[in-house]
Amino acid sequence: MKPFAALLDRLVYTPARHGKLALMAHYFRTVPDPDRGWGLAALTAELSLDFAKPALIRNLIADRTDPTLFALSYDYVGDLAETCALLWPERAGGGPAPRLSEIVETLQRTSKAETPRRIAGWLDRLDATGRYAFLKLLTGGLRVGVSARLAKTALAETFGKPVEEIEELWPTLSPPYDSLFAWLEDRAPRPSPEAAPRFRPFMLAHALEDQKELAGHTWQVEWKWDGVRVQLVAEHGAKRLFSRTGDDISGAFPDLLEGIHMDAVIDGELLVRGADGHAAPFNDLQQRLNRKTVTAKMMADHPAFLRAYDLLVENGEDVRGLPLSERRARLERLVAAHKSDRLDISEVLVIDDPAALARMQAEARTLGREGLMLKRLDSVYTAGRVKGLWYKWKRDPHTADAVLMYAQRGHGKRSSFYSDYTFGVWRGDELVPVGKAYFGFTDEELRRLDRWIRDHTVQRFGPVREVEKTLVFEVAFDSIHPSTRHKSGYAMRFPRIARIRWDKPAVEADRLETLAKLVETRAEPAENQTGLFARTPSS
Amino acid sequence: MARARPAHHIRMMHEQVKGAGGPRDWLAVTETGLFCRPGNFHVDPSRPVARALITHGHGDHARPGHGAVLATRETAAIMRQRFGPDAGSLQAIAYHEEQQIGDVRVRFVPAGHILGSAQIVLEHAGQRVVISGDYKRRRDPTCPPFEPVACDVFITEATFGLPVFRHPPPEDEIARLLGSLRLFPERAHLVGVYALGKCQRVIALLREAGYDKPIYIHGALKGLLELYQIEGVSFGALLDATGADKDAMQGAIVLAPPSAIGDRWTRRLPDPLAALASGWMRVRQRAKQHGVELPLIISDHADWDELTATIDELKPGQVWVTHGREEALVYWCNARGIPARALLLTGREEEEGE
Repeated sequence: MKPFAALLDRLVYTPARHGKLALMAHYFRTVPDPDRGWGLAALTAELSLDFAKPALIRNLIADRTDPTLFALSYDYVGDLAETCALLWPERAGGGPAPRLSEIVETLQRTSKAETPRRIAGWLDRLDATGRYAFLKLLTGGLRVGVSARLAKTALAETFGKPVEEIEELWPTLSPPYDSLFAWLEDRAPRPSPEAAPRFRPFMLAHALEDQKELAGHTWQVEWKWDGVRVQLVAEHGAKRLFSRTGDDISGAFPDLLEGIHMDAVIDGELLVRGADGHAAPFNDLQQRLNRKTVTAKMMADHPAFLRAYDLLVENGEDVRGLPLSERRARLERLVAAHKSDRLDISEVLVIDDPAALARMQAEARTLGREGLMLKRLDSVYTAGRVKGLWYKWKRDPHTADAVLMYAQRGHGKRSSFYSDYTFGVWRGDELVPVGKAYFGFTDEELRRLDRWIRDHTVQRFGPVREVEKTLVFEVAFDSIHPSTRHKSGYAMRFPRIARIRWDKPAVEADRLETLAKLVETRAEPAENQTGLFARTPSS
Repeated sequence: MARARPAHHIRMMHEQVKGAGGPRDWLAVTETGLFCRPGNFHVDPSRPVARALITHGHGDHARPGHGAVLATRETAAIMRQRFGPDAGSLQAIAYHEEQQIGDVRVRFVPAGHILGSAQIVLEHAGQRVVISGDYKRRRDPTCPPFEPVACDVFITEATFGLPVFRHPPPEDEIARLLGSLRLFPERAHLVGVYALGKCQRVIALLREAGYDKPIYIHGALKGLLELYQIEGVSFGALLDATGADKDAMQGAIVLAPPSAIGDRWTRRLPDPLAALASGWMRVRQRAKQHGVELPLIISDHADWDELTATIDELKPGQVWVTHGREEALVYWCNARGIPARALLLTGREEEEGE
């Protein structure tokens, strides 16, 4: 952080272009990787450290200074970050000043609750100039009069490369730009500008409503695994993991990507391993979702892997136009040759008759699968949801009788209706919430529910009404997991209102103990699975 | 600047001090400055008076036209050089030498601010008042260090009397200047320094840092440099910037008064990079106002930590604050249970000496 703070400090006061270029050149030449890469990202506005609102900074400094002295100081200085940087009490022995890379990498995997403490710890270890740069970086107020173009020009001049070549590469690069610096310093060839790993749109399945839809074709049957559908892209020497929506989620799964050594694009299910080495329930995977980065502990507790469904590209060859049967054969060879605990294949189930298929679907829940996937063997990989090629046949939901506890107004055309319902089940003599649902009922039912809620309100909390605990819902839900979201300690996945039981007394609603028994501890039972149909077509 | 200032603390302090009696009965704030009745003299008066005691040679403390002047030998020499015959009838007093003036015992004690700078210690009616003048607690090779004197009333400056002012080690700032010379070896580094004190200290710091090349000097700085040299301070090789070969000043340090920055005078320098050595450089808005590329936070005044640590050390019965940002310091004293008041002296200039 020190060299970066010193650079910012000088850039702010240096009006001339050649002066700014010399300052940046000195920085790029003297600061090691990956710090200089993060510094470059900050200068080119590619680094978003939007972790601290001014209110957080204000609270931190308020805990450490006299309010009157703060007010007088702020009045004089006129800038919150600068006032805080100057006022922050110096603390001897806080440790060496943090590196820029330490700050960036740590912040990206720090929880919101932990962020203020981390920020305070770094402020303790920085001097006034460092604190100012850090706070400006945090609050997004870095104004140093350097355009992205000027920063790239500085790079070009520092390392004697044409700036156009850097600009051409730029869209394919990401901080901290290791490959860029390696090329600039002639340690590696120039990264290819076209050669960015690229997302391909997913092929999606329709819900199977009737087995008759399957007639007349040959189908590949697989389990629908209970994880997250992802696309692994390993091409042009880089690796990325994309979500269903094409978001790059590589940062959260470095463990998986590090274990992949191939040139291919694979469609598959993202899963984590449990202690027994098998795929763990969705709830475990959830710990690793929706994060920009990940801690070492999380990677150790929930190691990620990919269960391959399909092959889209192999060694630069786009195989999406081939029939599934051929893609599958190539995928099997590829996965077999790869030999990594980060990649396995979703086995093909051989089903001999329709009755067997129904039996498998019924068994999905016991086995911790989401259901079945049925894919026509002659289907080419087509973006989107094409009718008649791929089907999903999900497991039947659980149901429970729960009591309506709170109702909240909806959004959009439902904004005048109480349409979001929190419901609970009995734990001893009290009702504890287990889920929240806002669909599964008709418009007519919604109007009746809305009227009932208004007539049976006990208390109001803003847009939320607490109601008399007398109305029972039959709730359908896919699964239930331990969770801190609700007071009960459990949360339902995909809950919806199956029926409104106007007739049923609340005392007859389900008990929490009953629901707790539905918690799936293993997606893949430790005792070896049935194996009955688990044969690949080629075997 | 629309934010409300918390002013009630100061009002409260005035009331506390009012009932105290003591030194207020014999040391008064007048339009001319502090006046000591039993000794019949002023201290650092802002207008010509019959008898003046002068803490140090900066223009907002030492002025021409007084009748009799009592000051340290060095301060007297500075006044003689600056004011010539208008300096008044100068009488030198050594540090720690005691003199009786009327009913008051007087002695001058080093303040660590600049060459010759002194705190003036007044004793009368069993009470002791220390007028610090301007002071600092950090080491300065060009003058003896500040000596703490226990007292009933400590009259302190508050030039940097806000907790945002905490000067970094001056050695670090000199290192930044030398680092910039390496980065821009073709540019003359023009450092704005006040002629008395800052100029000499910056040179001394550069020499301590091992910089042994000749330093180029603006003509306006020469007189006081010579005076310091006569007083025994050595500076290494100094050259006239005026008339020097332009190419020779590439990558050289050139010292000039702050007013020379951006002046036509700088056209003689090769691609000058302007720096300014001042405690005000701590705050960006202030630094930017001066249009310099390299603000160096080097101050001859006590920063907030020095001001408050000194009061903690002296434990005076009362604190009077002469000039600067007195509001925060008065508030701070009050919060510590030390009665304090702002004297609101006229004629003090914020930037003088910095």
